[in-house]
Amino acid sequence: MGYFLQQLINGLTLGMIYGLIAIGYTMVYGIIGMINFAHGEIFMIGAFIAFIAFLALGLIGIGWVPLALLIVLVATMLLTSAYGWALERVAYRPLRHSPRLAALITAIGMSIFLQNYVQLLQGARVKPLQPVVTGGVRFFETGEFAVAFSFLQMVIIVITLGLMLGFTLLINRTALGRAQRACQQDLGMASLVGINVDRTIALTFVLGASLASVAGLMFLLNYGVIDFYIGFQAGIKAFTAAVLGGIGSIPGAMLGGLLIGLIEAFWSAYFSVEYKDVATFAILILVLIFRPTGLLGKPDVEKV
Amino acid sequence: MTVLRVMDVHAAYGPIKALHGVDVEVVEGEIVALIGANGAGKSTLLMTICGNPRASRGRIEFLGEDITHLPTHEIVRRGVAQAPEGRRLFSFMSVVENLQMGAVSADPRHFDEDLERVFTLYPILRERRDQRGGTLSGGEQQMLAIARALMGRPKLLLLDEPSLGLAPLLVKQIFGVIREINTRDRVTVFLVEQNAHHALRVAHRGYVMANGRIVLQGTGRNLLADAEVRRAYLDGGR
Ligand SMILES: Nc1ncnc2c1ncn2[C@@H]1O[C@H](COP(=O)(O)OP(=O)(O)OP(=O)(O)O)[C@@H](O)[C@H]1O
Ligand SMILES: [Mg+2]
Repeated sequence: MGYFLQQLINGLTLGMIYGLIAIGYTMVYGIIGMINFAHGEIFMIGAFIAFIAFLALGLIGIGWVPLALLIVLVATMLLTSAYGWALERVAYRPLRHSPRLAALITAIGMSIFLQNYVQLLQGARVKPLQPVVTGGVRFFETGEFAVAFSFLQMVIIVITLGLMLGFTLLINRTALGRAQRACQQDLGMASLVGINVDRTIALTFVLGASLASVAGLMFLLNYGVIDFYIGFQAGIKAFTAAVLGGIGSIPGAMLGGLLIGLIEAFWSAYFSVEYKDVATFAILILVLIFRPTGLLGKPDVEKV
Repeated sequence: MTVLRVMDVHAAYGPIKALHGVDVEVVEGEIVALIGANGAGKSTLLMTICGNPRASRGRIEFLGEDITHLPTHEIVRRGVAQAPEGRRLFSFMSVVENLQMGAVSADPRHFDEDLERVFTLYPILRERRDQRGGTLSGGEQQMLAIARALMGRPKLLLLDEPSLGLAPLLVKQIFGVIREINTRDRVTVFLVEQNAHHALRVAHRGYVMANGRIVLQGTGRNLLADAEVRRAYLDGGR
């Protein structure tokens, strides 16, 4: 029981990180039908910006953890959003009306470019960060084993849940979110009611990047080391999460992220760490065989 | 005052040319009908007025201003609303949300008043207000498409086949509403119809289009009486 609980906590924490990244994949796909392969790199850049922000705060001497976290969170979201915005503006918008393949290749190119860019600026060696949030609670102590629920995990779960809630409200309740959903359904019609479609698409990239950057911050806090390559692995996992949940569906991305995190945690715990990725993809394939649109995806056909 | 002036407009979908020099004029307060056979280019003309596809030659003026090269949303914000072919509702959104989308370009202070107005025109929409657009019946969808276009308080309303696929009673009702928004709300209307009988009867003037060109024009009454029009579009000939 204790062991199970422990894996549940670990899996949830990991799943939150995947879910935050997956939202960006799913939103961009939903609005322009493109897989933004550079999104994993946006996550990685978020982690680096957070890393630099922590070092900077250390230099200034802001040591009170909640304040430091807040400052880093805001700075990371803002700066990474700028990268997301620039990515769309520079690399994707000029190709808006070109064949899909051109956009796809550009996305892969941007992914490689951003990896190299960070490698050049920051070096190829891993960057370690002193633990920022320490301590935690232990419960279910039975003999040797106790369930550890660290404050860091709590911070990750609380911030992610808060962000997802706020984000869901934004999409479902505000004019901005309505414009976003309208563009997802029919870009041409959205412009016919007076929506500035280019601006809405740019905003989608900004939102996706800011959520991914929070995931980057959490990854940094959770693992304590980052390098220019972390975007690849996490990006693939988050993309899988988006497909599992139903690409185009925001709740689907959150759910898919959680599921992938849980699968990984439990598989590693009860079976073997080596095959955890195989397990993840096997489950993805199974789901897609029985539900091609993913768990919460909408079928493409609709009444016209 | 001339609301819409289309001058020698050409448009194409890639290599496929759809408009070959179209001239159309719509004056404030008018209902103008555009009729023509399938594939004549009627829908293309309405969409070209809104900038998608863009006119490759010629000039389009709205209220005296050149809008030929403006982005679609800018054209719409100047007061052109369209209920396009196929209705294109936001089918995953509720009726009210669809109407909110229609009001994107309008002053938000008018919203409640305008909502009340379209609910008075189409009481059924009030009953369906929280239902998703995609689950409405065909007639209700058409009403919602027109209501959505009205929510922007347009100066010019473009309607593409508003009566398509509707039962005779509903067709009558749709045309009744078109007349009412023209007389009471003083909205200028430019409408495309296959249902030439009805269209020419409510319209002050009409144009006939064939193969991407205007081939005939005149008052609604004259066109209704025109032998050629009768043969081609009215007496069962389509
Ligand atoms: N999206 C498109 N891509 C390519 N060709 C198109 C497209 N839409 C229309 N066309 C072509 O342009 C021409 C004019 O089409 P349009 O839809 O404007 O005709 P229409 O008069 O509205 O016909 P209908 O009465 O059937 O609605 C046709 O030859 C049509 O095949
Ligand atoms: Mg048409």
